[in-house]
Amino acid sequence: MADLRINLAGIESPNPFWLASAPPTNSGYQVQRAFDAGWGGAVWKTLGDPILNVTSRFGAVSFNGQRVAGFNNIELISDRPLEVNLKEIKETKKLFPNHTIIASLMVEPKQEKWHEIVKRVEEVGVDGLELNFGCPHGMAERGMGSASGQVPSLVEQQTYWVKEVAQTPVIVKLTPNITDITATAEAATRGGADAISMINTINSLAGVDLDTWNTIPHVGGKGAHGGYCGPAVKPIALNMVAECARSPHINIPISGIGGISTWQDAVEYMLMGASGVQVCTAAMHHGFRIVEDMIEGLDNYLEQKGIASVMDIVGKTVPRYSDWGDLDLNYKIVARINNDVCINCNKCHIACEDTSHQCIDMLKDGNGYNILKVREEDCVGCNLCSIVCPVDGAIDMVEVPSGLPPMTWNERQAALGAVSCKIDSVK
Amino acid sequence: MSLSNTRISYQNLKMNFNEVNPGLTDREAIEESNRCLYCYDAPCITACPTGIDIPTFIKKIASGNIKGSAKTIMKSNPIGASCARVCPTEELCEGACVLNRSTKPIMIGNLQRYATDWAIRNEQVLFEPGKKNGKTVAIVGGGPAGLSAARELGLLGYDVTIFEAAENAGGLNTYGIVSFRLPQNISFWEVKQVESLDVKIQTNTRVGEDISVDEILTNFDAVILAIGMSKVPSLGIDGEDLDGVFDAIDFVMETKTKPISDRFLGKRVVVIGAGNTAIDGATCSVRLGAENVKILYRRTVKEMTAYDFEYEFAKQDGVEFRWLTAPKKIIGDEQGLVKAIECIKMELGEPGKDGRRSPIPIEGSEFILEVDAVIKAIGQTRYTGLIEQFGLEHKGGVVKINPETLQTSNKKVFACGDVIFGKGQGEAMVVSAAQQGKDAAYAIHKVIFGAVSEIV
Repeated sequence: MADLRINLAGIESPNPFWLASAPPTNSGYQVQRAFDAGWGGAVWKTLGDPILNVTSRFGAVSFNGQRVAGFNNIELISDRPLEVNLKEIKETKKLFPNHTIIASLMVEPKQEKWHEIVKRVEEVGVDGLELNFGCPHGMAERGMGSASGQVPSLVEQQTYWVKEVAQTPVIVKLTPNITDITATAEAATRGGADAISMINTINSLAGVDLDTWNTIPHVGGKGAHGGYCGPAVKPIALNMVAECARSPHINIPISGIGGISTWQDAVEYMLMGASGVQVCTAAMHHGFRIVEDMIEGLDNYLEQKGIASVMDIVGKTVPRYSDWGDLDLNYKIVARINNDVCINCNKCHIACEDTSHQCIDMLKDGNGYNILKVREEDCVGCNLCSIVCPVDGAIDMVEVPSGLPPMTWNERQAALGAVSCKIDSVK
Repeated sequence: MSLSNTRISYQNLKMNFNEVNPGLTDREAIEESNRCLYCYDAPCITACPTGIDIPTFIKKIASGNIKGSAKTIMKSNPIGASCARVCPTEELCEGACVLNRSTKPIMIGNLQRYATDWAIRNEQVLFEPGKKNGKTVAIVGGGPAGLSAARELGLLGYDVTIFEAAENAGGLNTYGIVSFRLPQNISFWEVKQVESLDVKIQTNTRVGEDISVDEILTNFDAVILAIGMSKVPSLGIDGEDLDGVFDAIDFVMETKTKPISDRFLGKRVVVIGAGNTAIDGATCSVRLGAENVKILYRRTVKEMTAYDFEYEFAKQDGVEFRWLTAPKKIIGDEQGLVKAIECIKMELGEPGKDGRRSPIPIEGSEFILEVDAVIKAIGQTRYTGLIEQFGLEHKGGVVKINPETLQTSNKKVFACGDVIFGKGQGEAMVVSAAQQGKDAAYAIHKVIFGAVSEIV
């Protein structure tokens, strides 16, 4: 068995799978059940001043008949008294001393408020703090959550206030509802954060009911924007993690969050620079027991790759993530169709014909059977055909030699600049 | 007597005639329709004799546009609700599905039924009559081919009258296919769809008796002959007129038109023949509570014309098959009731003209089966008399046509459906009759207006 233990900014955990701060971590009962099921850690549902919730809180998006491709909520932070949460955190930590409990916190952007809550939660023995600067709905209307998290100076200031008193590592949870997440990630770094976590949910409206014309969800006929998460947001979150991971100005660990449903998702996040992951929607969809497969699948993967510790994969893909201008313009791939495997649904043909570069022909072979063939000289290597193909192995994207040395856009522009300088000098 | 078939209720025989296949649930339909690849230039379309745009109707189920789905189906096939139930889909659309080569084919028939059932349940009227063009067409016979022709002509603006001998239109779908596979209300809905195009259907009107052939030939601009086929021919053996000998077609029709009787409860039945009608006769007998049902066939399972799924269904119903067995004589008791049938074993000789090996009796192999009823299902006779009243050239009751135009020897008379099936001509499937009906309509339109295109 590979070593699945992680260390994120000094916070140790038996495995990289934490439950994110959300409904699954609302109570001691739930977190204890989660630890029993195998979750390595839990970020307790955000603590702060008591709030009131509405009913009809969640909405979800189905895609092609599959439930919960994306998930939307308008639930606020914990609606239970702080004392009760603190008592249950203490109990849970006592029962599960080797599991990680992080307290998620959200208070008004005032120094004394932050000092007070940090002291109170650290008293009960949490392993770390997560500052919720991300929640996009409800709390944001009161100047907290993403309203704070969208302003780099507020992120920096509040992180600083927390660090003034915190004894445990401080993770700053970032909102994706911002043009460039590295701006707030850097602000957190400047404020002294020990780690950052991302992403919180994305501003969203799950849908509109075609019969009643109500929003989904609605509260007595009225709706408000919620926060979006689940499998559909993974590519957005993964990019944000990657952008922070490759930034030379952000050198603190990352806890990855956003649409993680399987061990494979977790591996991707860790390769992209996350030291651990947080999960919510998948647990809400299927229950805590899914973690068993996450742990086992990750272990088998590492074993098969001959990797001793999961921490060894953290960030391994980061050097390969760059800017478009650094990509090789002379790298060439083309589609090749394996007609022995192809089932002739012709989806590649029509996708290419209607929406790409018109280079897949429907032909007959010598025996009169339908075949599909790529005119490689016209293929731009866009991948679309292999994406729409329903059969594994029917379309390969193969590298073909372009006969040219690698040349990026940036190199090309630099070379052109040099040439024009010469011309100028000739003048 | 051992009434032990668990598929059958012996207390409530009527229940046995409820549709066997429950149809897809909403969730099943959503999952299955989403599994369809939405192929481009899909082979299922080509495999459908009526060319239903199958990927499109399935996509519409997935999107929740069930009315649009039903319309896509019915546009290509005016009896698409019936065909969803009776088509040999594994030989047609589902057999052509590309997923046969990777996972398993889409349940096209069941999805087609899901969409059309929705339209039936919600009493949808899917089409509007075309702008009247002033031309009249008489259609003789309101079965699948006739209805299909009427529907297309109605859309093209013709003034169409169907002459139907029976009490209701629908033909085979209304009277000939067992209720537990195709309930009458499905066929009636299809008839109503045709009527909604201002097509007049004169039922209880037998052409040649209730209205003369001359009148029809004189009063209409064109005539379509879609009279199908007639009764089961006689076996040509002793005892055929005994009480307890039935024509399979009449026998099935009774189960669809009269209250279910218990006269077969605990009885022993033999069915002669092994086509789809024979299977229907046998499975109806089982459902009427017969204790033992045997199909006697003079050839073997290989030559049997029943579809595989019909054969499987009959076996599951507990029907026994006696291959290479021909009836020789039906034996009655003193009251004139069937009490036994004398059979003779056969062997197969050289292939005959139709390519099937012909059976030869084995001398001295006679044996007697004690039975209470004999159902004849050895094919159907032709309405040769009516064909001759029309003065049309025919070959043993199979009307001669120009395959390009479906025109008979009388250029004003077109023919489609079972009346042109046989002697190496045409196809016997309901779905083929539907397509021929459409083709006859287009042929008339071409002759009258020079137009060739299908209605869009």
